Amino acid sequence: MNIKQVGERELSTGSGKKRTAKKSVNGSSDMITLRNVSKSYSTGAPALNGVSLNVKKGEFVFIVGDSGSGKSTLIKLLLRELTPTDGEISVNGYDVVRLKRRKIPKFRRNIGVVFQDFRLLKDRNVYENVAFAQRIIQVPTREIRRNVPAILSVVGLAGKYKAKPKQLSGGEQQRVALARALVNNPPILLCDEPTGNLDPKNSWEIMRLLDEINKSGTTILVVTHNREIVNAMQKRVVTVKKGIIVSDEEKGGYIDED
Amino acid sequence: MRISTLFYTLKQGVSNIFRNKWFSLASAATIAACLFLFGIFYAIIANFQHIVKTAEEGVSVTVFFDEGLEDARIKEIGDMIQKRVEVKEVKYISDEDAWESFKVDYLKGYADGFTENPLEGCANYEIYLNDVSMQSALVTWLESVDGIRQVNRSEITASTLTGVNALIGYISLGIIGILLAVSVFLISNTVTIGISVRKEEISIMKYIGATDFFVRSPFVIEGILIGLFGSALPLGIIYFVYESAVGYVQERFNILSGLLNFLPVEQIFATLLPVSLGIGVGIGFFGSFVTVRKHLRV
Repeated sequence: MNIKQVGERELSTGSGKKRTAKKSVNGSSDMITLRNVSKSYSTGAPALNGVSLNVKKGEFVFIVGDSGSGKSTLIKLLLRELTPTDGEISVNGYDVVRLKRRKIPKFRRNIGVVFQDFRLLKDRNVYENVAFAQRIIQVPTREIRRNVPAILSVVGLAGKYKAKPKQLSGGEQQRVALARALVNNPPILLCDEPTGNLDPKNSWEIMRLLDEINKSGTTILVVTHNREIVNAMQKRVVTVKKGIIVSDEEKGGYIDED
Repeated sequence: MRISTLFYTLKQGVSNIFRNKWFSLASAATIAACLFLFGIFYAIIANFQHIVKTAEEGVSVTVFFDEGLEDARIKEIGDMIQKRVEVKEVKYISDEDAWESFKVDYLKGYADGFTENPLEGCANYEIYLNDVSMQSALVTWLESVDGIRQVNRSEITASTLTGVNALIGYISLGIIGILLAVSVFLISNTVTIGISVRKEEISIMKYIGATDFFVRSPFVIEGILIGLFGSALPLGIIYFVYESAVGYVQERFNILSGLLNFLPVEQIFATLLPVSLGIGVGIGFFGSFVTVRKHLRV
């Protein structure tokens, strides 16, 4: 399986149903829409303040900004880990703000997510970590046996499927996390500082994979601090500062703080 | 749920026990220790009650009739007594029976000189009660029955046994209550700690889109299995140790052999088995169910 095939593969639900693309709330091709979104915590200043953002299907967007600027809050809102104090959020056609708690798992299955600290199940091997994402959507075992090695070969870890996370380097662990995020072929991939714990070589390797995945049609949103990568990749860059979007450039770079 | 998912969940539940073997061992050991103490106390208390109950059953009330009372009236009185709820058994002792018994018990070979039955007119009913505490109510009623000359009973024995029985009841209730409360507290704490250290694992599953049911099921299976093992272990030990302990006590206190009537192990287990398994499995189930729920809101 190559990356193009990953993007084109139908989501296998095990029930034989094919995933049908939903229209977003505003009827456009936007995969992610935020309208005047604010989020305040019980203590301190608001983490996000009236943020509006549209991300179209197939886009690759960097979200950049200093620590505490509200980037991670944004990811948590998109994953429905948090609900906004005000405003509306639509992700892949789901009205995230009004989403009932019991519907959250189904919603999240359409979002691949990669974290800075990998968040792998430490006591399970590479194969089981990736297969877990398929098991929760009840993919038949024989399909899991086909899909997992295929996606592991895409991220270059086919030979390490038996290894436990602690036996892998940081770059390899992040590739396992990426394989897990992609194995169900989600239309959106959210990456929260995916290169934060990696050396430059591994960081570039992960970004190259993300770029290829994006070319196959997956919408990608990457929160990062990595100035060099943002500047080199010439993708859309949204800069957040103190909870407000201060810049949104189509082919931008990392804006230096004053 | 697919069959493969069901098997996966079961397999994960079992695997979790081995993945977290120290936690599993600590939980099972806590459950086993608590239920072992509970089982021991239950066995001791159940036997105490049994011994007292046996002693109670030996306490009788004796009824003598008016001189020359007709056999038909004696039989009628016997039927009336038998119908009372507090009466377990009524035994008719004729004059001859009374004399025979007296000869055997007290006169041995010296009874030959008697040509007539000196216990003529001593026919009586020996009445055994279901509950010795109701003795005085029965005696009051018997004294009011026409044709009854005298009612013999042992007030001190009856009231002592009633008192001992009540005391054992209160003590056993107290001890078992305290043991149960301590067991529930200790076991749920161990289960809670064991699951709390894995809250990151739970949050990862939730981020990927696992349902609460999918995340919780292996933990619940794990809890049930640990509870099952933790309760089966002390039950096994008690089962095999009980017989030898009873044998030892009976041999050591041979002088009290008439008094020490121990319950058979099957009778102890008729209550202990379901209660212990229920506590172990119940706490394993509810402990894991409730603790996982705390971490599911991701």
